[in-house]
Amino acid sequence: MLRIQCPFCGLRDHSEFSYGSDASVEYPPLDGSQEAWHDAVFQRENIDGVQFETWQHTLGCRMWIVVERNTRTHDILSVRPAHDGIAQALNPSLMIEPDQ
Amino acid sequence: MKPYSAWKVFVNGMNGQKGWTRAWRDPEPKKEYDVIIVGAGLHGLATAYYLAKNHGVTNIAVVEKGWLGGGNGGRNTTIVRSNYMMPGNREFYEHSLKLWENLSHDLNYNVMFSQRAHVSLLHSPAARDAAARRYNTMRLTGTDGELWDLPTLRRNIPHLNFDADARFPITGAMVQPRAGTARHDAVAWGYARGADQYGVDILQNREVIAVHRDSGKITGVETTRGLIKAKKVGFAVAGNTSRLWRMTDLGQLPIESHKLQAFVSEPLKPLLDHVVVFGVGGAHFYISQSDKGGMVFGGDLDWYKSYAQRGNLPIVQDVAECATSVLPCLGRVRLLRHWSGVMDMSMDGSAFICKTPISNLYLNAGWNYGGFKASPASGWFFADLIANDRPDPVIQNFTLDRFSRGINIDERGAGPDPKLHG
Repeated sequence: MLRIQCPFCGLRDHSEFSYGSDASVEYPPLDGSQEAWHDAVFQRENIDGVQFETWQHTLGCRMWIVVERNTRTHDILSVRPAHDGIAQALNPSLMIEPDQ
Repeated sequence: MKPYSAWKVFVNGMNGQKGWTRAWRDPEPKKEYDVIIVGAGLHGLATAYYLAKNHGVTNIAVVEKGWLGGGNGGRNTTIVRSNYMMPGNREFYEHSLKLWENLSHDLNYNVMFSQRAHVSLLHSPAARDAAARRYNTMRLTGTDGELWDLPTLRRNIPHLNFDADARFPITGAMVQPRAGTARHDAVAWGYARGADQYGVDILQNREVIAVHRDSGKITGVETTRGLIKAKKVGFAVAGNTSRLWRMTDLGQLPIESHKLQAFVSEPLKPLLDHVVVFGVGGAHFYISQSDKGGMVFGGDLDWYKSYAQRGNLPIVQDVAECATSVLPCLGRVRLLRHWSGVMDMSMDGSAFICKTPISNLYLNAGWNYGGFKASPASGWFFADLIANDRPDPVIQNFTLDRFSRGINIDERGAGPDPKLHG
């Protein structure tokens, strides 16, 4: 069993999560070229080694996270929230005080 | 090498089994070959065999990083069927099944092909309608299949869970009687011996570490034990295709590597005469009984990308739950072994047998779960492609550009998510 350190819920079994995809894929703008969309949707580097990948904590907080994992050994090197805004919100020093 | 026969089995039985010779050579490589096939799995060995037999090309090397048949050829559940519906797939797999039917005679090697029928259980009227559509399409395009009602299924496999209180009560089955199983190692050994008899050099323990190019063409492959030159090169290394492809600098492929587990139980007395498949409500399970008596079964992928040839526990639990829900009599059977193989999962669940941007490089990849049954036809059409430098009409859409052309062969209708194609 892989154990994933969810940034929101703590260390959980990977059976609570569902694997998304290679997180390094950058999707083009909606009016991007057909070639760019083809590459983003269909082509994969298929890394053998350390890759960044998305997972969703489906049976937990349902948040998307980015996991840095070795695809040959399954070692997990780091975990962070997928959306930078949420990462900031989690860190109180970065939080903006609401107007009084 | 002399052909095997019942007479030779008798003679060698009388003289202490001393008359057998080795089934294939362990040759030193030549400096150059007409064709190098990378990967001595079932597909690579079959390709070499049919190149020699069908096309008279015998100056061939099959280069393998480990031992022959040691990858997915030895890591499958040995199911052979041709119940495909999409154009291209159905003709391809039916051709493969026809080759299976005569493979033992053709290779003079008993691959123990057993046409015991492939029985996919149905659990709802919608599933029956979909099965009828699939099997009607198959019957109209040259393959056979049957729909079994509940009494027929009960008569054939009486110990399934027919309980009306089951989570998914069984209502019938779609059946391909000509489908079945084969002995996976024997297929690898039979093709290796057959290819070797035509003079093909099988070079084991030589991993390809680089591909040499000169003015747009491949000139040879660098292996861990030296350079071997070639006029044409074919890749047949499903599971590790992307790794090898990177050596060619041709960019990315529509493939992800995922791992699939399989299981075998302790040997039992004869219990199950068919291949039984259970797939409903997210469950996916297939089981047959080997000639040694072990129950051989498997289920879904591990659901995350991996190159590790070892599986993870949640799927073990899933598969065990499926087993006991379909065949409750297996509840106390102990697991003997379980293993995992690395699959080339493609973006539409179908394979690639095609030319590449390099004129003398050919690709055979993307077999998803289905590589075992495909191996004879895969070798047949890949050999034809390499020998004649043009695809047979059957494999004309098994190309890398089918996604950009909008002609995906998505048998399951799952969309471009490799882990969903089973």
